[in-house]
Amino acid sequence: MKPAPFTYHDPRTVEEAVGLLASLDNARVLAGGQSLMPMMNFRYAQPDHLIDLNRIAAMSGISVDKGAIAFGAMTRQREIEFSPQVSEVCPILQAALVHVGHRQTRNRGTIGGSLCHFDPSAELVNCVCVHDGAVLKARSKRGERTLTMSDFAVGYMTHGLAPDEILCSISLPLWSPRHGYAYVEVARRRGDFAIAGVAALIETEGRGGAIKRASLSVAGVCQTPVRPRAAEAALLGERPSQELFEAAASAGEFPEALSDAYVSADYRRHVAQVLIRRALSAAAEKAEERWADA
Amino acid sequence: MPDRRRISVLVNGAGYEREVETRLTLADFLRHDLRLTGTHVGCEHGVCGACTVLLDGLSVRSCLMLAVQADGCSIETVEGLAPAPDQLNLLQQAFMKRHALQCGFCTPGMLMTLTEYLRAEPNPTEEGVREALSGNICRCTGYQAIVAAALDAAAALREQGGAREELAK
Repeated sequence: MKPAPFTYHDPRTVEEAVGLLASLDNARVLAGGQSLMPMMNFRYAQPDHLIDLNRIAAMSGISVDKGAIAFGAMTRQREIEFSPQVSEVCPILQAALVHVGHRQTRNRGTIGGSLCHFDPSAELVNCVCVHDGAVLKARSKRGERTLTMSDFAVGYMTHGLAPDEILCSISLPLWSPRHGYAYVEVARRRGDFAIAGVAALIETEGRGGAIKRASLSVAGVCQTPVRPRAAEAALLGERPSQELFEAAASAGEFPEALSDAYVSADYRRHVAQVLIRRALSAAAEKAEERWADA
Repeated sequence: MPDRRRISVLVNGAGYEREVETRLTLADFLRHDLRLTGTHVGCEHGVCGACTVLLDGLSVRSCLMLAVQADGCSIETVEGLAPAPDQLNLLQQAFMKRHALQCGFCTPGMLMTLTEYLRAEPNPTEEGVREALSGNICRCTGYQAIVAAALDAAAALREQGGAREELAK
């Protein structure tokens, strides 16, 4: 299992990279390589040109500014997992990252690579979906373009970038400092693609207070992550309780649930509802803890 | 015409310069070009962990990297662990004592993953070790002995006054 022959390019700037992408036929962009490299080893992917972004230093880094946290697309999953800044302002990413592959793949894998691979079970994709107002910036030789997640999430394993565009950064609006968060999932083995995964963010009015904002996103169940809006709406203005979470979970319906040789659509729906309840419960507990610490 | 590049790398402290085809994986570069066959190649698609090496101190799957991507980097492989040809380091000794290997195919990957982990975590828990090893598959041992060896090695390293020097070879 070796990749088919290709011509290798390792540009040092984004300008150079988008120039190559615009001018070369059958070119693929290489980020962390944890999905594209296996596809090339299997020869599912046989690009004639490989444009490696790993030497473009300006494409990685984490910054917090104007109520948002921004990641260069080539920021390694490991860097996000261990970043004190992320732990302070956007901890759901770290809760999700422990489910992303393994130590060795997180050392190489990048946030932008994960988004562009767009696996329906991908935890980082789900974490971006759970943030309303997330902004993705792409560059091409034609200029810069800003995408929302609804522009980006085109379909199963399919992102909304044009063939000559490269994803450059991802920016997530911050939730209030005492928001609760959780990422829960069920997979057959640790690090496997999840049967279902749920990202949950909630904000309450204070200790024991009512829920004033809630966001849920469910991965692995349908072709792209799904926001169960009815479940989110059921939470607003209510005090956290197991009954409430139960009711919200059963409001989450997934008519488009996927079925495959291992997992039926019904089972995926069932797991999704159980995970919504668990995620809400864990997120509410976390919010309570954070108010108590304040 | 195959696409070729000249690369230079540091492997276990020794410098090598070679011209390679750009599609060559780092695993095959180590095994075929440098004849360092301690790094094993199992699944060749990033699932089994047998080919784990350290790249600038971080564990990576060498079947999912191209040799050209390692140009200018420092690589550590299982060959670099033993302090002398007739001597094993503490982690390797713990593997031997605990029977943490049977066929030995996964062992180089296990050792390299644990080298990275124990450098960063001198007081690991069983759960932490299992999480660190989740990306390394062993089909013989059932993992019990490997986890026990990792915990033994951590204890021995603490006794010796720190994992950093011992594992930093």
